[in-house]
Amino acid sequence: MDLVAPPHAATDRSRDISQPLDQLGPDETLKAESDQLRGTIALSLLDRITGAVSESDTKLMKFQGIYQQDDRDLRDERRRQKLEPAYQFMVRVRLAGGVCTSEQWLTLDALAREHGGGTLRITTRQTFQFHWVLKDSLRPLIQKLHTVLLDTVSACGDDARGVMCSVDPHLSAVHAEVYDLAKRASDHAIPRMRAYHEIWYGEERVAGSAAEEPFYGRTYMPRKFKIGFVIPPINDIDVYTQDLGFIAITGPDGLEGFNVAIGGGMGRTDQAPSTYPRLADVIGYVPKDQVLTVSDAVMAVQRDFGDRRDRARARFKYTIDDKGLDWIVSEIEARQGFAFAPARPVQFTTNGDAFGWRQGEDGRHHYTLFIEAGRLDNRPDRPLLDGLGEIARAHPGGFRLTPNQNLVIANVAARDRQLIEGLLEGFNLAELNAQGGVRRNAIACVALPTCGLAMAEAERYLPSLLPQIESLLARHGLAEEPITLRISGCPNGCSRPYIAEIGLTGRAPGKYNLYLGGGFHGQRLNKMDLENVGEAAILARLDTVIAHFARERLDGERFGDFAIRAGYVPEVKAGRDFNI
Amino acid sequence: MTLTEFPGPGLNEEQWGLIRALAVSLTSEQMLWVSGYFAGHDDGARGRTALAGAESGPPGPAPAGARSLTILYASETGNSQALAKDVAEQAKALGLVVQLTDMADYKTRRLKDEQDLLLIASTHGEGDPPQGAADFFEFIEGRKAPRLEQLRFAVLALGDSTYERYCEAGRRLDRRLEELGARRLHPRSDCDVDYEEPAAAWTAAVLPLCAPDGLAGAGRATAAPPAEFALSPGLGVSAAVVSHDKRHPFQAPVVDNFVLTGRGSSKETRHVELSLAGSGLRYEPGDALGLQARNDPAVVEALLDALKLTASATIVGKSGNRPLGQALETDFEVTVATPRFLQQWADVTDAGELKALLGEDRRDARAEFLRGHQVIDIVRAFPARGVAPAALTAGLRPLQPRLYSIASSPLAVDDEAHLTVSTVRFTLHGAPRFGVASGQIAQRLGADDTLPVYVQPNPHFRLPEPERPILLIGAGTGVAPYRGFLQHREAAGATGRSWLLFGERNFRSDFLYQTEWQTLLRDKVLTRMDVAFSRDAAKKHYVQHRLLDCAAEVHAWIEDGASIYVCGDAARLAPDVHDALASIFVSQAGLSREEAEERLRSLARDHRYQRDVY
Repeated sequence: MDLVAPPHAATDRSRDISQPLDQLGPDETLKAESDQLRGTIALSLLDRITGAVSESDTKLMKFQGIYQQDDRDLRDERRRQKLEPAYQFMVRVRLAGGVCTSEQWLTLDALAREHGGGTLRITTRQTFQFHWVLKDSLRPLIQKLHTVLLDTVSACGDDARGVMCSVDPHLSAVHAEVYDLAKRASDHAIPRMRAYHEIWYGEERVAGSAAEEPFYGRTYMPRKFKIGFVIPPINDIDVYTQDLGFIAITGPDGLEGFNVAIGGGMGRTDQAPSTYPRLADVIGYVPKDQVLTVSDAVMAVQRDFGDRRDRARARFKYTIDDKGLDWIVSEIEARQGFAFAPARPVQFTTNGDAFGWRQGEDGRHHYTLFIEAGRLDNRPDRPLLDGLGEIARAHPGGFRLTPNQNLVIANVAARDRQLIEGLLEGFNLAELNAQGGVRRNAIACVALPTCGLAMAEAERYLPSLLPQIESLLARHGLAEEPITLRISGCPNGCSRPYIAEIGLTGRAPGKYNLYLGGGFHGQRLNKMDLENVGEAAILARLDTVIAHFARERLDGERFGDFAIRAGYVPEVKAGRDFNI
Repeated sequence: MTLTEFPGPGLNEEQWGLIRALAVSLTSEQMLWVSGYFAGHDDGARGRTALAGAESGPPGPAPAGARSLTILYASETGNSQALAKDVAEQAKALGLVVQLTDMADYKTRRLKDEQDLLLIASTHGEGDPPQGAADFFEFIEGRKAPRLEQLRFAVLALGDSTYERYCEAGRRLDRRLEELGARRLHPRSDCDVDYEEPAAAWTAAVLPLCAPDGLAGAGRATAAPPAEFALSPGLGVSAAVVSHDKRHPFQAPVVDNFVLTGRGSSKETRHVELSLAGSGLRYEPGDALGLQARNDPAVVEALLDALKLTASATIVGKSGNRPLGQALETDFEVTVATPRFLQQWADVTDAGELKALLGEDRRDARAEFLRGHQVIDIVRAFPARGVAPAALTAGLRPLQPRLYSIASSPLAVDDEAHLTVSTVRFTLHGAPRFGVASGQIAQRLGADDTLPVYVQPNPHFRLPEPERPILLIGAGTGVAPYRGFLQHREAAGATGRSWLLFGERNFRSDFLYQTEWQTLLRDKVLTRMDVAFSRDAAKKHYVQHRLLDCAAEVHAWIEDGASIYVCGDAARLAPDVHDALASIFVSQAGLSREEAEERLRSLARDHRYQRDVY
């Protein structure tokens, strides 16, 4: 895709890339003057007086998959001790579709033990995050990842993030084809980044490489851009929360093409009504061989028209609402050179995972293991890393990470099922799947102590919150009822809380907004029910609604649907209505 | 002394009245002191150079029939210096013309012209002379030393019997001067850390021997003009107004006391802020604070228990009868055992194992045993029945104040003094052990408590002129004085560049005062900082390695006139850094190893290479 803009209808260009840098937000200047993301990162890594990097480098390093963080539990204590914050880095691997070989797994495991505080985290976008990585460990870690063909390029930053893909192991033939497209879309959308090779692998700078990024240019995207591929009927990737979603359409001969959905996104800012979560609009259908063309066209429209003055409104969803969906669609069509066909009908049933053994069409077996909050570590009673390491050694078929932060032990031959089961038993992992309906459908973001944005606990709060909600449900005979519960430590919504049937977003330590009424398979935003309240108020409210639900639910009615029908919250039909 | 009956030059009515009122109220000893004070005050106002000149200038003509008397001192922490000054004053009082000089500043070619020479030398580390005296020792022990038949001498040796080569520096001087033909006026006196009494006895015996007529006439005291009592530069003006000293420490309120080392550290280092408000105590960056710590009551109790003694038992001390428990808490070292205690306990118990350790040839075994056994361990392992309190205390040495380099500048913290204290904490024979002072600070210091302190001047560790670059090398708590230096330079608006090289174990937990250095770097008070954290990497990297990494720049700084400072561990850091500096001269300036060493000696003579090591 070249940078020559096609003829497009008149629109307000005062906030986009057409303006001089000094008319735009400061991050635009930073990106433009970063020497294609090199900045002073190499120098910052040499600074022995601090465990941090310079402030501008923290922003540029995101494009390289690295977030500077600090242990917030120690921040105050260390300040009093005249020590700087306990700086460390989160390193996010780029792993298209969550597919990981056994060899890669073992390398990730070893790196987590050596540099990552003995823990790895499965993210809500199907990849791994290392936490607790010190500045000096960044290069060794990234170089070791390179040996198993993994990297962290554009896992964060204003670019196309790791591309998601449904894991549904049952549909093995379609999965193989869709995953292949997702991987190609991911590789295609990655910025060309010589800086990464120079800084992390120590490669020489090639002369005359200034204009090294033909698509992104010097200022990249206005904000992050998320792409995902989903295979109905399981909406595990929450396709409506993606900036660009591809919904697989199959026919008698397998995969035919995709419905295209644009403009989803969770992030919002408290007390800023102009920011809101938004679900993607389905704008039509394209044959499968047009995927990369469509991806380029959609990204180019956002690149060229996205708001670069106000980062809080720089996501694609606001560009669409500001310009109008029709205008955006025609701009996309002009760039890709063809019109969308009408969308095909699709049916989703859930956005959760099916646990335990499933057999694919190709006869292979797949075991989905519940991982609470996606946290992989070793605890005395439950040595998850050790157990999965043993499985990776014994089993060549690899793994898949699910968008619900669970793990699929993939491609197991029938004769090896017993071996895997034995190992799961041996490491006390089999019982992980014996969980109630709400626990198995719960997602928490990382939040404290490592995330710099967190205002309240999320992952660390889940283990004490869940039993209380489970006992409420049990009291009303709903222990096995699948209900989506998602908690985020801040309003940015990494756990996709705004489409949960029960959503919680942090406001302050111990204080959350409570949201109700989300769609069970990710089809509807929820609505705030209680604002900035503590646990007692949350549980009291849930007790009321759950009791009511147990008494008066219709046959097959979901908890989120009921909350709306019973009048606890109004239905939110569009993102713009979320704050009203 | 005759009182002048008319006002001196330019004194007004009020000033003259004050002086007359003061004069009638003072004893003659006090008058002498006060006159010295004013002389020092005047010199202080004119600056240090004048003071130093006053001290080390050539001796004035001696009265007819009198011999010249020179007092040389070699001081590490200031004890020898203070003693020497005291001896000089007493000599003056006896009417002697005396020249008081720091061995560090002494021109050795004058030795052959000396007549009476008193040497007061402390011992540093394992039998070494104080650093400043290294040149003097090298000269006198070398082949170029002249015959000294004309010379009469006496040596007062200071040391610490905890160390094997006790008082060795003084013994070396005593031995060598005799070899060179000098005549010993009086036998050498070896003083342990409780040196005051033996030192006073030595002085009382030696000084009359220096006087031409045996005992000097009292009337001759007036012949010595008080103005000649120039205070030594180290003691300075501030010391003269001190009302609190080692014997009369000031009870300093603890303002703050917290741990600097972060979680997961392999050690504990604390920051302690004390208020000196109202004490009259003054200090300069580089000085130390003496802290008169108390023993842990639990240790005292354990000791009494083991010996079946009661706290209320009485012992006879210098200042009368004292309850034993109290005396053990405040007067004696009751934790670390010394060879002296070993000897005493061997005598008390007649234990063969202890006696076997006493031989001259058992030095290593003895040291090894003492490393593994504190006093309590020895009395438990070698029990004695019916031990009299005095039999215990006879083996104990007096509890000594602990010296801590002050980590602040009065220009920045007003009347506070900050300390950086490493908590000594380890396990021995299954029981936790603590350092006396650091244990008190870490374990037993309450919010409103005070600590008895005094200022211990450290004249050999001083900032240079404000425009001169400084190279500050320190590890662990050795960084403390540099905090004071940089606070001082910042407050004074000094323009000289500064470069701090700091070493510790782990970056994450042990980067003492990290955020302060970061601020100083940002504000350009600190020009450059380099660090070496020895336990962060598989290969241990210490501050001397860092120094070598930067050899070219270090050399350039020294060539630009930088003064070098080294603070921290005496056993390893100081020699390793010294070697690193020498090899920098070899690699960067093409000097031979010997020339490099001479270069460092010459820098030390110029006060551009100063060390505060312990």
